[in-house]
Amino acid sequence: MIRISDLVISYRTGRGTINAVDGLSIGIPDGCIVGVAGESGCGKSTLMKAVYGDIVSPMSLTGGSIDYGFSDRNGKPVTSATVTRQWFRTLSYIPQSSMNSLNPVIRIREQFIDFPGIDSNKKRVLEQAREYIQKLGLPVEAIDSYPHQLSGGMRQRMMIALATFFQPQLIIADEPTTALDVVVQKEILLLLMELQEQMGNSILIVSHDMGVHYQVTKRMLIMYAAKAVEYGDTDSVFNKPLHPYTRMLIGSLPTIGDDRARHGIPGSPPSLWGDLHGCRFADRCPLATERCRNEEPPLVEHKPEHFAACHFAGQELTKMEGGKWQ
Amino acid sequence: MAVILKTQDLNKVYRLGGFIRGTRIQALDNVNLSVESDRPVIIAVVGESGSGKTTLAKTLLRLEIPTSGSATVYDKLVAGKGAEHLHKSFLRLVQPIFQNPFEAFSRYRPVDSYLRETAIRVAGHDPSQAQDAVANALESVGLEYRDVVGKYTNQFSGGELQRVSVARALIPEPSLIIADEPVSMIDASRRMIIINLFRKLRDEAGRSFLYITHDLATAYYISDFIAVMKKGKVVEFGEAQKVMSDPQHDYTKLLLDSIPTIRSRWRTRSAA
Repeated sequence: MIRISDLVISYRTGRGTINAVDGLSIGIPDGCIVGVAGESGCGKSTLMKAVYGDIVSPMSLTGGSIDYGFSDRNGKPVTSATVTRQWFRTLSYIPQSSMNSLNPVIRIREQFIDFPGIDSNKKRVLEQAREYIQKLGLPVEAIDSYPHQLSGGMRQRMMIALATFFQPQLIIADEPTTALDVVVQKEILLLLMELQEQMGNSILIVSHDMGVHYQVTKRMLIMYAAKAVEYGDTDSVFNKPLHPYTRMLIGSLPTIGDDRARHGIPGSPPSLWGDLHGCRFADRCPLATERCRNEEPPLVEHKPEHFAACHFAGQELTKMEGGKWQ
Repeated sequence: MAVILKTQDLNKVYRLGGFIRGTRIQALDNVNLSVESDRPVIIAVVGESGSGKTTLAKTLLRLEIPTSGSATVYDKLVAGKGAEHLHKSFLRLVQPIFQNPFEAFSRYRPVDSYLRETAIRVAGHDPSQAQDAVANALESVGLEYRDVVGKYTNQFSGGELQRVSVARALIPEPSLIIADEPVSMIDASRRMIIINLFRKLRDEAGRSFLYITHDLATAYYISDFIAVMKKGKVVEFGEAQKVMSDPQHDYTKLLLDSIPTIRSRWRTRSAA
Protein backbone atom coordinates (compact mmCIF):
# COMPACT_ATOMS: atom_id res chain seq x y z
CA MET A 1 0.00 0.00 0.00
CA ILE A 2 1.31 3.40 -0.99
CA ARG A 3 0.06 6.14 1.26
CA ILE A 4 0.11 9.71 0.08
CA SER A 5 -0.71 12.03 2.95
CA ASP A 6 -1.43 15.72 2.74
CA LEU A 7 0.95 16.10 -0.17
CA VAL A 8 1.77 19.65 -1.25
CA ILE A 9 3.94 20.13 -4.33
CA SER A 10 4.81 23.65 -5.36
CA TYR A 11 6.59 25.39 -8.18
CA ARG A 12 8.79 28.39 -7.51
CA THR A 13 8.42 31.07 -10.16
CA GLY A 14 9.35 34.71 -10.59
CA ARG A 15 5.91 35.67 -9.31
CA GLY A 16 6.08 33.55 -6.19
CA THR A 17 5.23 29.98 -5.37
CA ILE A 18 2.21 28.12 -6.61
CA ASN A 19 0.83 24.85 -5.29
CA ALA A 20 0.20 22.51 -8.20
CA VAL A 21 -0.83 19.70 -5.85
CA ASP A 22 -2.44 21.09 -2.74
CA GLY A 23 -3.04 18.76 0.20
CA LEU A 24 -3.77 15.44 -1.47
CA SER A 25 -4.25 12.28 0.60
CA ILE A 26 -5.01 8.87 -0.88
CA GLY A 27 -4.00 5.28 -0.34
CA ILE A 28 -3.11 3.07 -3.29
CA PRO A 29 -3.60 -0.62 -2.53
CA ASP A 30 -1.08 -3.17 -3.83
CA GLY A 31 -1.75 -4.82 -7.16
CA CYS A 32 -4.21 -2.20 -8.32
CA ILE A 33 -4.41 -0.09 -11.48
CA VAL A 34 -5.29 3.44 -10.45
CA GLY A 35 -6.37 6.00 -13.03
CA VAL A 36 -5.87 9.72 -12.63
CA ALA A 37 -8.06 12.12 -14.61
CA GLY A 38 -8.67 15.83 -14.66
CA GLU A 39 -8.33 18.97 -16.78
CA SER A 40 -4.98 20.09 -18.08
CA GLY A 41 -3.24 22.00 -15.33
CA CYS A 42 -5.05 20.20 -12.51
CA GLY A 43 -1.81 18.75 -11.18
CA LYS A 44 -2.00 15.17 -12.42
CA SER A 45 1.41 15.12 -14.08
CA THR A 46 2.94 16.93 -11.11
CA LEU A 47 1.53 14.25 -8.83
CA MET A 48 3.04 11.56 -11.07
CA LYS A 49 6.42 13.24 -10.97
CA ALA A 50 6.26 13.51 -7.21
CA VAL A 51 5.39 9.84 -6.79
CA TYR A 52 8.18 8.93 -9.17
CA GLY A 53 10.53 11.03 -7.05
CA ASP A 54 11.55 13.24 -9.94
CA ILE A 55 11.44 16.36 -7.81
CA VAL A 56 13.84 18.93 -9.21
CA SER A 57 13.82 22.71 -9.06
CA PRO A 58 11.61 24.71 -9.59
CA MET A 59 9.38 21.94 -8.28
CA SER A 60 9.57 21.10 -4.59
CA LEU A 61 7.85 18.95 -2.03
CA THR A 62 6.61 21.53 0.44
CA GLY A 63 4.40 19.46 2.64
CA GLY A 64 3.10 16.01 3.43
CA SER A 65 4.76 12.73 2.58
CA ILE A 66 4.62 9.66 0.40
CA ASP A 67 4.98 6.33 2.17
CA TYR A 68 5.85 3.79 -0.51
CA GLY A 69 5.51 0.73 1.70
CA PHE A 70 8.54 -1.02 0.22
CA SER A 71 12.09 -1.08 1.47
CA ASP A 72 15.45 -0.77 -0.24
CA ARG A 73 18.32 -3.30 -0.30
CA ASN A 74 19.36 -2.47 3.25
CA GLY A 75 15.85 -2.98 4.52
CA LYS A 76 15.20 0.70 5.11
CA PRO A 77 11.80 2.01 4.04
CA VAL A 78 11.88 3.98 0.80
CA THR A 79 11.03 7.65 1.12
CA SER A 80 10.78 10.54 -1.32
CA ALA A 81 14.45 11.29 -0.67
CA THR A 82 15.70 7.82 -1.57
CA VAL A 83 13.15 6.74 -4.16
CA THR A 84 15.33 7.79 -7.11
CA ARG A 85 17.63 4.85 -6.30
CA GLN A 86 14.74 2.49 -6.92
CA TRP A 87 14.11 3.69 -10.47
CA PHE A 88 13.59 0.85 -12.92
CA ARG A 89 14.02 -1.70 -10.13
CA THR A 90 10.97 -1.24 -7.96
CA LEU A 91 9.54 1.82 -9.63
CA SER A 92 9.40 2.64 -13.30
CA TYR A 93 7.94 5.13 -15.68
CA ILE A 94 6.27 4.93 -19.09
CA PRO A 95 6.22 8.36 -20.69
CA GLN A 96 3.81 9.71 -23.28
CA SER A 97 6.18 10.20 -26.13
CA SER A 98 8.33 7.15 -26.67
CA MET A 99 10.23 8.81 -29.50
CA ASN A 100 11.54 11.46 -27.15
CA SER A 101 12.37 8.97 -24.43
CA LEU A 102 14.45 6.43 -26.28
CA ASN A 103 17.95 7.54 -27.16
CA PRO A 104 17.87 8.04 -30.93
CA VAL A 105 21.60 7.51 -31.56
CA ILE A 106 22.17 4.15 -29.87
CA ARG A 107 20.57 0.79 -30.54
CA ILE A 108 17.77 -0.29 -28.24
CA ARG A 109 19.79 -3.23 -26.89
CA GLU A 110 22.31 -0.81 -25.40
CA GLN A 111 19.47 0.97 -23.65
CA PHE A 112 18.38 -2.32 -22.10
CA ILE A 113 21.73 -2.83 -20.39
CA ASP A 114 22.29 0.81 -19.57
CA PHE A 115 21.24 0.65 -15.92
CA PRO A 116 23.47 1.27 -12.95
CA GLY A 117 24.02 -1.77 -10.77
CA ILE A 118 22.78 -4.25 -13.33
CA ASP A 119 24.01 -7.85 -13.45
CA SER A 120 27.64 -7.63 -14.60
CA ASN A 121 27.11 -10.36 -17.17
CA LYS A 122 25.64 -8.14 -19.88
CA LYS A 123 25.29 -11.01 -22.34
CA ARG A 124 23.00 -12.86 -19.99
CA VAL A 125 20.88 -9.75 -19.42
CA LEU A 126 20.61 -9.21 -23.14
CA GLU A 127 19.56 -12.82 -23.64
CA GLN A 128 16.78 -12.32 -21.09
CA ALA A 129 15.81 -9.04 -22.74
CA ARG A 130 15.49 -10.74 -26.12
CA GLU A 131 13.29 -13.41 -24.61
CA TYR A 132 11.25 -10.82 -22.81
CA ILE A 133 10.46 -8.61 -25.81
CA GLN A 134 9.29 -11.67 -27.72
CA LYS A 135 6.84 -12.36 -24.94
CA LEU A 136 5.57 -8.83 -25.42
CA GLY A 137 4.82 -9.47 -29.08
CA LEU A 138 7.85 -7.77 -30.59
CA PRO A 139 10.10 -9.38 -33.20
CA VAL A 140 13.44 -10.33 -31.68
CA GLU A 141 15.36 -8.19 -34.21
CA ALA A 142 13.62 -5.08 -32.90
CA ILE A 143 16.07 -4.95 -30.03
CA ASP A 144 18.95 -4.47 -32.46
CA SER A 145 17.37 -1.51 -34.22
CA TYR A 146 17.47 2.19 -33.63
CA PRO A 147 14.29 3.82 -32.31
CA HIS A 148 13.46 5.54 -35.62
CA GLN A 149 13.31 2.18 -37.38
CA LEU A 150 10.30 1.11 -35.33
CA SER A 151 6.70 2.28 -35.62
CA GLY A 152 5.05 4.32 -32.85
CA GLY A 153 3.26 1.28 -31.47
CA MET A 154 6.44 -0.83 -31.45
CA ARG A 155 8.36 1.93 -29.69
CA GLN A 156 5.67 2.21 -27.05
CA ARG A 157 5.82 -1.59 -26.59
CA MET A 158 9.59 -1.26 -26.24
CA MET A 159 9.11 1.42 -23.55
CA ILE A 160 6.77 -0.94 -21.73
CA ALA A 161 9.35 -3.71 -22.07
CA LEU A 162 12.02 -1.45 -20.59
CA ALA A 163 9.75 -0.31 -17.80
CA THR A 164 8.60 -3.79 -16.81
CA PHE A 165 11.81 -5.79 -17.41
CA PHE A 166 12.77 -5.81 -13.73
CA GLN A 167 9.22 -6.48 -12.57
CA PRO A 168 8.82 -3.24 -10.63
CA GLN A 169 6.28 -2.97 -7.86
CA LEU A 170 4.95 0.32 -9.13
CA ILE A 171 4.68 1.56 -12.72
CA ILE A 172 3.77 5.13 -13.49
CA ALA A 173 2.31 5.67 -16.95
CA ASP A 174 1.71 9.28 -17.95
CA GLU A 175 -0.64 9.32 -20.96
CA PRO A 176 0.99 6.17 -22.37
CA THR A 177 -1.24 5.93 -25.44
CA THR A 178 -2.14 9.53 -26.28
CA ALA A 179 0.07 9.67 -29.36
CA LEU A 180 -1.25 6.40 -30.78
CA ASP A 181 -4.34 5.64 -32.82
CA VAL A 182 -7.20 3.64 -31.37
CA VAL A 183 -6.29 0.25 -32.80
CA VAL A 184 -2.73 0.37 -31.46
CA GLN A 185 -3.95 1.97 -28.25
CA LYS A 186 -6.10 -1.05 -27.52
CA GLU A 187 -3.19 -3.44 -28.09
CA ILE A 188 -0.91 -1.46 -25.80
CA LEU A 189 -3.49 -1.15 -23.05
CA LEU A 190 -4.32 -4.85 -23.19
CA LEU A 191 -0.60 -5.62 -22.97
CA LEU A 192 -0.26 -3.45 -19.88
CA MET A 193 -3.29 -5.08 -18.28
CA GLU A 194 -1.98 -8.57 -18.99
CA LEU A 195 1.45 -7.74 -17.57
CA GLN A 196 -0.18 -6.30 -14.49
CA GLU A 197 -2.22 -9.46 -14.02
CA GLN A 198 0.92 -11.61 -14.26
CA MET A 199 3.14 -9.47 -12.06
CA GLY A 200 0.52 -8.25 -9.62
CA ASN A 201 2.10 -4.83 -9.30
CA SER A 202 0.46 -1.45 -9.06
CA ILE A 203 0.08 0.91 -11.99
CA LEU A 204 -0.72 4.61 -11.81
CA ILE A 205 -2.07 5.71 -15.17
CA VAL A 206 -2.85 9.22 -16.34
CA SER A 207 -5.15 9.71 -19.29
CA HIS A 208 -7.54 12.36 -20.50
CA ASP A 209 -9.70 9.69 -22.09
CA MET A 210 -12.37 8.53 -19.66
CA GLY A 211 -12.99 5.50 -21.87
CA VAL A 212 -9.40 4.36 -21.31
CA HIS A 213 -9.89 4.71 -17.56
CA TYR A 214 -13.07 2.67 -17.62
CA GLN A 215 -11.38 -0.11 -19.58
CA VAL A 216 -8.14 -0.32 -17.67
CA THR A 217 -8.41 0.89 -14.09
CA LYS A 218 -9.74 -0.59 -10.88
CA ARG A 219 -9.72 2.72 -9.06
CA MET A 220 -10.10 6.29 -10.20
CA LEU A 221 -8.76 9.53 -8.83
CA ILE A 222 -10.40 12.67 -10.21
CA MET A 223 -8.43 15.85 -9.68
CA TYR A 224 -9.60 19.40 -10.09
CA ALA A 225 -7.49 22.55 -9.58
CA ALA A 226 -4.72 20.84 -7.57
CA LYS A 227 -7.17 18.96 -5.33
CA ALA A 228 -8.50 15.42 -5.26
CA VAL A 229 -12.26 15.73 -5.71
CA GLU A 230 -13.22 12.07 -6.01
CA TYR A 231 -11.47 8.77 -5.41
CA GLY A 232 -12.97 5.34 -5.49
CA ASP A 233 -13.68 2.09 -7.19
CA THR A 234 -13.89 2.63 -10.98
CA ASP A 235 -17.31 1.00 -11.36
CA SER A 236 -18.67 3.02 -8.52
CA VAL A 237 -17.16 6.28 -9.84
CA PHE A 238 -18.59 5.70 -13.33
CA ASN A 239 -21.98 4.37 -12.29
CA LYS A 240 -22.65 6.46 -9.21
CA PRO A 241 -20.34 9.48 -9.33
CA LEU A 242 -20.60 11.59 -6.19
CA HIS A 243 -18.94 14.83 -7.19
CA PRO A 244 -20.79 17.11 -9.64
CA TYR A 245 -17.61 17.59 -11.69
CA THR A 246 -17.25 13.83 -12.21
CA ARG A 247 -20.92 13.56 -13.08
CA MET A 248 -20.85 16.32 -15.61
CA LEU A 249 -17.60 15.02 -17.07
CA ILE A 250 -18.98 11.51 -17.53
CA GLY A 251 -22.30 12.92 -18.71
CA SER A 252 -20.55 14.90 -21.44
CA LEU A 253 -19.05 11.85 -23.15
CA PRO A 254 -20.74 10.95 -26.42
CA THR A 255 -21.32 7.25 -27.04
CA ILE A 256 -21.95 5.46 -30.30
CA GLY A 257 -25.55 4.38 -30.50
CA ASP A 258 -26.77 7.03 -28.08
CA ASP A 259 -28.25 10.15 -29.65
CA ARG A 260 -29.01 12.13 -26.51
CA ALA A 261 -27.64 15.66 -26.45
CA ARG A 262 -24.42 16.12 -24.50
CA HIS A 263 -23.15 19.30 -22.96
CA GLY A 264 -19.72 20.43 -21.94
CA ILE A 265 -19.06 22.13 -18.63
CA PRO A 266 -18.99 25.89 -19.20
CA GLY A 267 -16.37 28.05 -17.54
CA SER A 268 -12.83 27.19 -16.61
CA PRO A 269 -10.98 26.15 -13.46
CA PRO A 270 -9.86 28.95 -11.12
CA SER A 271 -6.38 30.34 -11.48
CA LEU A 272 -4.15 28.85 -8.82
CA TRP A 273 -2.66 32.30 -8.34
CA GLY A 274 -5.91 33.72 -7.08
CA ASP A 275 -7.30 33.86 -3.60
CA LEU A 276 -8.71 30.35 -3.32
CA HIS A 277 -11.31 29.69 -0.73
CA GLY A 278 -14.24 27.35 -0.59
CA CYS A 279 -14.82 24.66 -3.18
CA ARG A 280 -12.72 25.24 -6.30
CA PHE A 281 -15.44 23.92 -8.58
CA ALA A 282 -18.12 26.25 -7.17
CA ASP A 283 -18.03 28.71 -10.09
CA ARG A 284 -18.94 26.02 -12.59
CA CYS A 285 -21.20 23.93 -10.37
CA PRO A 286 -24.98 23.99 -10.75
CA LEU A 287 -25.39 22.99 -7.10
CA ALA A 288 -23.11 25.63 -5.58
CA THR A 289 -24.41 27.59 -2.60
CA GLU A 290 -22.94 30.23 -0.30
CA ARG A 291 -21.49 27.44 1.84
CA CYS A 292 -19.56 26.02 -1.12
CA ARG A 293 -18.01 29.40 -1.85
CA ASN A 294 -16.79 29.88 1.72
CA GLU A 295 -16.10 26.48 3.17
CA GLU A 296 -13.78 24.04 1.49
CA PRO A 297 -15.24 20.53 1.40
CA PRO A 298 -12.83 17.86 2.68
CA LEU A 299 -12.32 14.53 0.89
CA VAL A 300 -14.44 12.15 2.96
CA GLU A 301 -15.55 8.57 2.57
CA HIS A 302 -19.21 8.61 1.58
CA LYS A 303 -19.45 4.95 0.72
CA PRO A 304 -16.93 2.20 1.52
CA GLU A 305 -13.80 2.97 -0.51
CA HIS A 306 -15.49 5.84 -2.34
CA PHE A 307 -14.34 9.32 -1.36
CA ALA A 308 -15.57 12.69 -2.57
CA ALA A 309 -14.90 16.30 -1.67
CA CYS A 310 -18.32 17.92 -1.97
CA HIS A 311 -20.86 19.30 0.49
CA PHE A 312 -23.62 17.88 -1.67
CA ALA A 313 -22.00 14.62 -2.70
CA GLY A 314 -24.36 12.33 -4.53
CA GLN A 315 -27.16 14.87 -4.74
CA GLU A 316 -29.11 14.78 -8.00
CA LEU A 317 -28.16 17.44 -10.49
CA THR A 318 -31.74 18.32 -11.31
CA LYS A 319 -30.74 21.63 -12.83
CA MET A 320 -28.58 19.77 -15.27
CA GLU A 321 -31.48 18.16 -17.11
CA GLY A 322 -32.62 20.16 -20.07
CA GLY A 323 -29.27 21.85 -20.32
CA LYS A 324 -30.34 24.91 -18.31
CA TRP A 325 -26.82 25.67 -17.24
CA GLN A 326 -25.47 25.37 -20.72
CA MET B 1 -29.74 18.93 -54.35
CA ALA B 2 -26.40 20.62 -53.99
CA VAL B 3 -23.16 18.77 -54.40
CA ILE B 4 -21.41 19.93 -51.27
CA LEU B 5 -18.13 18.14 -51.79
CA LYS B 6 -16.91 16.05 -54.67
CA THR B 7 -13.48 14.65 -55.32
CA GLN B 8 -12.55 12.83 -58.50
CA ASP B 9 -9.65 10.40 -58.55
CA LEU B 10 -7.76 12.56 -56.13
CA ASN B 11 -4.15 11.41 -55.71
CA LYS B 12 -1.32 12.82 -53.71
CA VAL B 13 2.15 11.34 -53.69
CA TYR B 14 4.84 12.58 -51.36
CA ARG B 15 8.43 11.86 -52.31
CA LEU B 16 10.85 11.19 -49.50
CA GLY B 17 14.62 11.00 -49.65
CA GLY B 18 16.95 11.42 -52.63
CA PHE B 19 16.16 11.52 -56.30
CA ILE B 20 17.40 8.02 -57.02
CA ARG B 21 16.84 6.15 -53.79
CA GLY B 22 13.79 8.07 -52.62
CA THR B 23 10.57 6.44 -51.55
CA ARG B 24 7.07 7.37 -52.56
CA ILE B 25 4.23 7.70 -50.13
CA GLN B 26 0.78 7.57 -51.59
CA ALA B 27 -1.06 9.79 -49.10
CA LEU B 28 -4.23 9.94 -51.18
CA ASP B 29 -5.03 6.99 -53.38
CA ASN B 30 -7.85 7.63 -55.87
CA VAL B 31 -10.15 9.33 -53.43
CA ASN B 32 -13.65 9.59 -54.86
CA LEU B 33 -16.10 11.23 -52.52
CA SER B 34 -19.42 12.74 -53.39
CA VAL B 35 -21.58 14.36 -50.76
CA GLU B 36 -24.97 15.55 -51.92
CA SER B 37 -27.55 17.12 -49.72
CA ASP B 38 -30.07 19.92 -49.88
CA ARG B 39 -29.13 21.23 -46.47
CA PRO B 40 -25.73 21.91 -44.84
CA VAL B 41 -24.05 18.81 -43.47
CA ILE B 42 -21.20 17.73 -41.23
CA ILE B 43 -18.93 15.21 -42.90
CA ALA B 44 -16.57 13.31 -40.60
CA VAL B 45 -13.32 11.83 -41.88
CA VAL B 46 -11.89 9.20 -39.54
CA GLY B 47 -8.91 6.88 -39.70
CA GLU B 48 -5.61 6.00 -38.07
CA SER B 49 -2.60 8.31 -38.13
CA GLY B 50 -1.02 8.29 -41.56
CA SER B 51 -4.26 7.38 -43.28
CA GLY B 52 -4.30 10.58 -45.32
CA LYS B 53 -7.06 12.50 -43.57
CA THR B 54 -4.95 15.60 -43.05
CA THR B 55 -3.63 15.44 -46.61
CA LEU B 56 -7.23 15.41 -47.82
CA ALA B 57 -7.94 18.50 -45.71
CA LYS B 58 -4.80 20.24 -46.93
CA THR B 59 -5.67 19.50 -50.54
CA LEU B 60 -9.14 20.99 -50.12
CA LEU B 61 -7.57 24.00 -48.41
CA ARG B 62 -5.12 24.36 -51.29
CA LEU B 63 -2.18 23.93 -48.95
CA GLU B 64 -1.13 20.90 -50.98
CA ILE B 65 -1.38 20.52 -54.75
CA PRO B 66 -2.80 17.13 -55.71
CA THR B 67 -0.65 14.91 -57.93
CA SER B 68 -3.70 14.20 -60.06
CA GLY B 69 -7.46 14.45 -59.86
CA SER B 70 -9.70 17.31 -58.81
CA ALA B 71 -12.01 18.45 -56.06
CA THR B 72 -15.04 20.71 -56.05
CA VAL B 73 -16.88 22.41 -53.20
CA TYR B 74 -20.45 23.47 -54.05
CA ASP B 75 -19.59 22.88 -57.72
CA LYS B 76 -16.65 25.26 -57.60
CA LEU B 77 -13.26 23.82 -58.43
CA VAL B 78 -10.83 24.08 -55.50
CA ALA B 79 -8.08 21.62 -56.41
CA GLY B 80 -6.73 20.12 -59.58
CA LYS B 81 -6.18 21.44 -63.10
CA GLY B 82 -7.55 24.91 -63.62
CA ALA B 83 -7.68 25.77 -59.94
CA GLU B 84 -4.28 27.46 -59.81
CA HIS B 85 -5.41 31.08 -59.82
CA LEU B 86 -8.17 31.19 -57.28
CA HIS B 87 -7.72 33.45 -54.36
CA LYS B 88 -10.29 35.61 -52.67
CA SER B 89 -13.29 33.80 -54.01
CA PHE B 90 -11.76 30.59 -52.67
CA LEU B 91 -11.19 32.05 -49.20
CA ARG B 92 -14.88 32.90 -49.07
CA LEU B 93 -15.74 29.33 -50.01
CA VAL B 94 -13.55 27.25 -47.69
CA GLN B 95 -12.05 28.21 -44.34
CA PRO B 96 -9.92 26.17 -41.91
CA ILE B 97 -9.91 25.55 -38.18
CA PHE B 98 -6.69 23.95 -36.97
CA GLN B 99 -5.91 21.53 -34.20
CA ASN B 100 -3.99 23.74 -31.84
CA PRO B 101 -5.36 27.27 -31.52
CA PHE B 102 -2.24 28.36 -29.64
CA GLU B 103 -0.20 27.63 -32.74
CA ALA B 104 -2.76 29.08 -35.14
CA PHE B 105 -2.46 32.55 -33.61
CA SER B 106 0.84 34.28 -32.92
CA ARG B 107 1.37 34.99 -29.27
CA TYR B 108 2.85 38.39 -30.03
CA ARG B 109 -0.31 39.82 -31.56
CA PRO B 110 -3.71 40.38 -30.00
CA VAL B 111 -6.06 37.78 -31.44
CA ASP B 112 -8.70 40.29 -32.52
CA SER B 113 -6.22 41.70 -35.06
CA TYR B 114 -6.52 38.40 -36.95
CA LEU B 115 -10.28 38.66 -36.94
CA ARG B 116 -10.18 42.27 -38.09
CA GLU B 117 -7.79 41.49 -40.92
CA THR B 118 -9.89 38.56 -42.05
CA ALA B 119 -12.91 40.86 -42.15
CA ILE B 120 -11.12 43.50 -44.22
CA ARG B 121 -8.88 41.47 -46.48
CA VAL B 122 -10.80 38.25 -46.99
CA ALA B 123 -14.43 39.14 -46.45
CA GLY B 124 -13.96 42.55 -48.08
CA HIS B 125 -15.60 44.60 -45.36
CA ASP B 126 -14.97 48.30 -45.15
CA PRO B 127 -12.54 49.03 -42.25
CA SER B 128 -15.24 51.02 -40.52
CA GLN B 129 -17.61 48.05 -40.57
CA ALA B 130 -15.02 45.40 -39.77
CA GLN B 131 -15.68 45.65 -36.06
CA ASP B 132 -19.35 44.79 -36.50
CA ALA B 133 -18.49 41.76 -38.59
CA VAL B 134 -16.00 40.60 -35.95
CA ALA B 135 -18.48 41.20 -33.14
CA ASN B 136 -21.19 39.28 -34.97
CA ALA B 137 -18.91 36.33 -35.61
CA LEU B 138 -17.80 36.27 -31.98
CA GLU B 139 -21.39 36.44 -30.83
CA SER B 140 -22.31 33.40 -32.89
CA VAL B 141 -19.67 31.36 -31.04
CA GLY B 142 -20.84 32.62 -27.66
CA LEU B 143 -18.12 35.18 -26.97
CA GLU B 144 -18.37 38.92 -26.50
CA TYR B 145 -16.30 41.38 -28.45
CA ARG B 146 -15.20 43.30 -25.38
CA ASP B 147 -13.93 40.10 -23.71
CA VAL B 148 -11.69 39.34 -26.68
CA VAL B 149 -10.41 42.68 -27.90
CA GLY B 150 -6.78 43.46 -27.10
CA LYS B 151 -6.10 40.06 -25.54
CA TYR B 152 -3.21 37.76 -26.37
CA THR B 153 -3.36 33.99 -26.73
CA ASN B 154 -2.02 33.32 -23.25
CA GLN B 155 -5.01 35.09 -21.75
CA PHE B 156 -7.44 32.49 -23.10
CA SER B 157 -8.12 28.89 -22.22
CA GLY B 158 -7.80 26.35 -25.05
CA GLY B 159 -11.57 26.08 -25.45
CA GLU B 160 -12.11 29.83 -25.63
CA LEU B 161 -9.29 30.32 -28.09
CA GLN B 162 -10.62 27.53 -30.28
CA ARG B 163 -13.97 29.34 -30.31
CA VAL B 164 -12.15 32.49 -31.41
CA SER B 165 -10.63 30.56 -34.30
CA VAL B 166 -14.09 29.26 -35.22
CA ALA B 167 -15.29 32.88 -35.19
CA ARG B 168 -12.41 33.86 -37.47
CA ALA B 169 -13.36 31.14 -39.93
CA LEU B 170 -16.98 32.39 -39.93
CA ILE B 171 -16.20 36.00 -40.89
CA PRO B 172 -15.92 35.43 -44.68
CA GLU B 173 -19.17 33.40 -44.48
CA PRO B 174 -17.67 30.29 -46.09
CA SER B 175 -19.79 27.45 -47.39
CA LEU B 176 -17.49 24.78 -46.01
CA ILE B 177 -15.35 24.87 -42.88
CA ILE B 178 -12.57 22.32 -42.63
CA ALA B 179 -11.80 21.45 -39.02
CA ASP B 180 -8.70 19.29 -38.57
CA GLU B 181 -8.82 17.64 -35.14
CA PRO B 182 -10.43 20.75 -33.62
CA VAL B 183 -11.04 19.29 -30.15
CA SER B 184 -8.09 17.01 -29.51
CA MET B 185 -6.22 19.74 -27.62
CA ILE B 186 -9.23 20.71 -25.54
CA ASP B 187 -10.13 19.36 -22.11
CA ALA B 188 -12.78 16.67 -22.07
CA SER B 189 -15.11 18.80 -19.97
CA ARG B 190 -15.25 21.55 -22.59
CA ARG B 191 -14.92 19.51 -25.75
CA MET B 192 -18.67 19.19 -26.19
CA ILE B 193 -19.07 22.98 -26.17
CA ILE B 194 -17.12 23.18 -29.44
CA ILE B 195 -18.82 20.11 -30.88
CA ASN B 196 -22.28 21.48 -30.09
CA LEU B 197 -21.23 24.79 -31.62
CA PHE B 198 -20.54 23.07 -34.96
CA ARG B 199 -23.98 21.57 -34.85
CA LYS B 200 -25.55 24.94 -34.08
CA LEU B 201 -23.63 26.63 -36.91
CA ARG B 202 -24.78 23.95 -39.31
CA ASP B 203 -28.42 24.31 -38.33
CA GLU B 204 -28.62 28.07 -37.76
CA ALA B 205 -25.91 29.64 -39.92
CA GLY B 206 -26.02 27.08 -42.72
CA ARG B 207 -22.34 26.15 -42.72
CA SER B 208 -21.13 22.73 -43.79
CA PHE B 209 -18.20 21.14 -42.01
CA LEU B 210 -15.55 18.63 -42.87
CA TYR B 211 -14.68 17.28 -39.43
CA ILE B 212 -11.40 15.40 -39.33
CA THR B 213 -10.90 13.32 -36.22
CA HIS B 214 -9.76 10.05 -34.78
CA ASP B 215 -12.50 10.19 -32.16
CA LEU B 216 -15.33 8.07 -33.51
CA ALA B 217 -17.68 8.85 -30.66
CA THR B 218 -17.82 12.58 -31.39
CA ALA B 219 -17.94 11.81 -35.12
CA TYR B 220 -21.03 9.70 -34.50
CA TYR B 221 -22.51 12.43 -32.32
CA ILE B 222 -22.41 15.28 -34.84
CA SER B 223 -21.90 14.05 -38.34
CA ASP B 224 -24.37 13.37 -41.11
CA PHE B 225 -21.88 11.52 -43.30
CA ILE B 226 -18.74 9.66 -42.42
CA ALA B 227 -15.74 8.62 -44.49
CA VAL B 228 -13.35 6.02 -43.10
CA MET B 229 -9.83 6.26 -44.50
CA LYS B 230 -7.00 3.79 -44.45
CA LYS B 231 -3.65 4.14 -46.19
CA GLY B 232 -4.87 6.91 -48.48
CA LYS B 233 -8.04 5.11 -49.56
CA VAL B 234 -11.59 5.79 -48.50
CA VAL B 235 -12.61 2.31 -47.42
CA GLU B 236 -16.13 3.13 -46.33
CA PHE B 237 -18.40 6.09 -46.87
CA GLY B 238 -22.03 6.68 -46.05
CA GLU B 239 -24.53 8.12 -43.63
CA ALA B 240 -22.95 8.27 -40.19
CA GLN B 241 -25.69 6.36 -38.39
CA LYS B 242 -25.63 3.59 -40.96
CA VAL B 243 -21.86 3.21 -41.09
CA MET B 244 -21.54 3.14 -37.32
CA SER B 245 -24.42 0.79 -36.63
CA ASP B 246 -23.75 -1.58 -39.52
CA PRO B 247 -20.13 -1.27 -40.66
CA GLN B 248 -19.34 -3.17 -43.84
CA HIS B 249 -15.58 -2.90 -44.11
CA ASP B 250 -13.36 -4.91 -41.75
CA TYR B 251 -11.29 -1.87 -40.94
CA THR B 252 -14.34 0.10 -39.80
CA LYS B 253 -15.31 -2.85 -37.61
CA LEU B 254 -11.82 -2.95 -36.14
CA LEU B 255 -11.89 0.79 -35.43
CA LEU B 256 -15.28 0.57 -33.76
CA ASP B 257 -14.15 -2.41 -31.72
CA SER B 258 -11.06 -0.56 -30.50
CA ILE B 259 -12.80 2.47 -29.02
CA PRO B 260 -12.51 2.47 -25.25
CA THR B 261 -16.17 2.90 -24.36
CA ILE B 262 -17.70 3.29 -20.94
CA ARG B 263 -20.31 0.65 -21.68
CA SER B 264 -18.64 -2.72 -21.90
CA ARG B 265 -15.15 -3.81 -21.00
CA TRP B 266 -12.50 -5.43 -23.14
CA ARG B 267 -11.37 -8.89 -22.21
CA THR B 268 -7.71 -9.63 -21.67
CA ARG B 269 -6.35 -12.88 -23.07
CA SER B 270 -6.18 -14.49 -19.63
CA ALA B 271 -9.75 -13.52 -18.78
CA ALA B 272 -11.16 -14.67 -22.10
